[in-house]
Amino acid sequence: MVRWKEIPKEKLRWMYETMVKIREFETIVEQNFLRAEIPGFVHSYVGEEAIAAGIMANLRKDDYITSTHRGHGHLIAKGADLKKMMAEIYGKKTGYCKGKGGSMHIASIPLGVLGANGEVAGGIPIAVGAGLAIKFRGTDQVVVSFFGDGATNRGAFHEGLNFAAVYKLPIVFVVEFNEYASTAPAREMIPVKNVAIRAASYGFPGITIDGNNVLEVYEAGKMAIEWARCGSGPFLIEAKTYRLKGHFIGDPELYRDKREVQEFWKREPIKRYEKFLLEKGILTIEDIKNIKENIRRIVEEAVEFARNSEFPQPEEALEDLFVNDSGYDY
Amino acid sequence: MRTITFAQAICEGILEEMIKDETIITYGEDIAKQGGIFGAYKCLIENEKLKKRVFDTPISEEVIYGSALGAAIAGLKPIVEFHFADFLFTGITAITNQIMKFRYMTGGQVSLPIVLRGPDGVARSAAAQHSQSIETIFMHVPGIKVVIPSTPYDAKGLIKASIRDPDPVIFFEHKSLYKIKGPVPEDEYIIPLGKADIKREGEDITVIATARMVHEALKAAEILEKDGISVEVIDLRTLVPWDKTTVLNSVKKTGGAIVVHETWRRAGWGAEIAATINEELFGQLEIPVKRIGAKNVPHPFSPPLEHFIIPKAEDIVKEIRDLV
Ligand SMILES: Cc1ncc(C[n+]2csc(CCOP(=O)(O)OP(=O)(O)O)c2C)c(N)n1
Ligand SMILES: [Mg+2]
Repeated sequence: MVRWKEIPKEKLRWMYETMVKIREFETIVEQNFLRAEIPGFVHSYVGEEAIAAGIMANLRKDDYITSTHRGHGHLIAKGADLKKMMAEIYGKKTGYCKGKGGSMHIASIPLGVLGANGEVAGGIPIAVGAGLAIKFRGTDQVVVSFFGDGATNRGAFHEGLNFAAVYKLPIVFVVEFNEYASTAPAREMIPVKNVAIRAASYGFPGITIDGNNVLEVYEAGKMAIEWARCGSGPFLIEAKTYRLKGHFIGDPELYRDKREVQEFWKREPIKRYEKFLLEKGILTIEDIKNIKENIRRIVEEAVEFARNSEFPQPEEALEDLFVNDSGYDY
Repeated sequence: MRTITFAQAICEGILEEMIKDETIITYGEDIAKQGGIFGAYKCLIENEKLKKRVFDTPISEEVIYGSALGAAIAGLKPIVEFHFADFLFTGITAITNQIMKFRYMTGGQVSLPIVLRGPDGVARSAAAQHSQSIETIFMHVPGIKVVIPSTPYDAKGLIKASIRDPDPVIFFEHKSLYKIKGPVPEDEYIIPLGKADIKREGEDITVIATARMVHEALKAAEILEKDGISVEVIDLRTLVPWDKTTVLNSVKKTGGAIVVHETWRRAGWGAEIAATINEELFGQLEIPVKRIGAKNVPHPFSPPLEHFIIPKAEDIVKEIRDLV
C-alpha cells in the first residue's frame, strides 16, 4: 500500500500533469511522424509515463539524469521546454541541439539531462562518471540513469553497476522493464524473472515495482534517491511496465499479438491515476478537463514553433565538433 | 533474367549455403522474429528446417562477436549479424583483439570461417550513432577480409564466397541498397573475394568506389557523358584483399583517378588506394589522384546538415569537371 497521504497535493497534481504532457507530446509526435513531418526515427514513451513522472518528482533541478532512445518522457519530466524539444525532433536550428541530435540524441546540460542515447546502455557509463564528479566535488546531487530491460544484458550495465558499487556512487539505476527489447521479448532474453536481483550481485539494493502505478514509483523513487543522496551508494529500481506502441513509430510489430497489447492498454498508467485522483477528490472532472486542454494547447504551440523555425544552414554541420572550430580539415 | 532485391539476394545466398552445410549457424539481435530489420533474413525464418540454426540473442555485442570465434574454433561456421555497423564499436575488442589475431597468434593452428555481416551507411537522418561506415578500421587492423557489395548480383555471389572462405570476413550492406532490385540468375554462382568489377567503361578518368557510391558514380558518369567526359567506374567490391591489378590497369588507360567513399575523407580507405596508385604509377598520371568522402564530422540529424556532409553524385561531377 502506498502512503499517498504523505505526498504533497502539488506533487500529486504535478505528476498527473507531467504524465498527460508526455502522452500528448508523444501522440502528436507520432501523428506528425506518420505525416512525414519528422525525419529519422522516433521511439514512443506511451504507456511508460508514470516512471518518468514518479521518479522526477523527487529530483532537484541540479540532479542529473541519463536517458535513452525512448527519451522524450524523461526530458519532459525533467522540465524541458516543449518548444525546444519539438524543434530538435523536427531538425530545426531552434532545437536543444540545433538540429544536430534529433529525437535520439536530445540533451540539455543546464537541465541536467546528459543525453538521450542511440546506444542501448550508453547512458550508464556516463551516469557513473557524473556520480564520480559529484563525489569528488562533494556535493549532494544524485544521478538517475534510465534504461530498458534489454540494456541489462549489456556489459556496460554490469560493469557500470559494479563500478558504482565499488566507489559507492550516488546513482539510482531505473530499469524500464517494458517486456520487449525491439522484437525480442524479455521472457526469452532474460533468464531471471526480476532483473532487480542483479543489483544484489554487486552488493546494493534492488527492488521491483509496478511501473504503471505512479504513486508506487514516487514512493520507491523517494526512498532510492534519499538513499543515494545521503551517501549510501547506488540503488536499483526495476519498474515493470509495457511498451504500448511499436519499438519505433512505423514498426510492423509482427513479433507480438495485438490482443496482448490491448490487454495492457487496460492497465495503462494515466487512466488509472485519474481514477485515483477523482476517487480521493484530489482533482475534479473539471480540473482534468482543464489540465488536458491546457496541455494540448502547449503541445500544439510547440508544434507550431517547430514548424515555423528555420532549418540550420548546411555549413553549420561543420560547427560544434571542437571548442575552437576553426582551422581543422572539416 | 528474374530480378530480386539486394536483401533477398543476401538471404538467398545464406539460405543456399545453410542448406548445404549443417555446421552453419546464424545469430544476432532482432533477426529471428521478423527476418531482420531490413529483411535480410526473411527467407531464412520462413524455412522450417533452419529454425534452430537462426536465432536471436540478448543485446550483448562483445559476446555476440566473441562467441563466433569460440564457435569457429570448436567446429561451427558462424554468421553473425552486427545489427548496425555503429554497434560493432560496442563489441569491437572481440573482433580486433580476438577474431582478427587468434589464428596468427596461435601460429596458424586453426582456420576461422566466420562471417560478420550487417547494415552500415547513411539513411534518412538516422543521426550520429546509426549512420556510420567504418570499413576502413577493418582494412587498417590486419586479420579480416572486408567485403562491400553494391548490387543484388554481387551481394549474392560475394556472401556465398564469404561463407565458404576459411578466414574471417566482415560484410557491409548499405542500408539504402536493401530495397534496390537487380538481375540475379537462379543458377548457383560465386564471386571470388578480391576481384573488382568494372561497372562502366570509360577513357578519361577512373572512379573507384563501393556500395552506394558506385551508384552515385554511375549517375555522375551519365551526367559527364553529356559534357563529353568519359568516366570509367570501378566497383572495388572487396577492400581486403583489394584488386590492385584492375585498378592500376584502368588508371594506366585513363591517366587519372578519384576514389570515392561514403565514410569520412580523412584517413579513409581511399587514402590507401590513392597512395598506392601514386606509388605504382607516378609519372603516368596526367592529373593528381583525388579523394571524395564525407566531411570530417559526425553525422548530423537535420536533413540539410546530413545532406551537406555526405558525398553524392554532384560532388563527383564537380570534382571531375575541375580536373579534366
Ligand atoms: C549497443 C546497441 N545495440 C543494439 C542497438 C539496437 N537497438 C536499439 S533499441 C534496442 C532495444 C532496446 O531495448 P530496451 O533496452 O529494453 O529498451 P526499450 O526500447 O524497450 O525502451 C536495440 C536492440 C542499439 N541501439 N545499441
Ligand atoms: Mg524494453
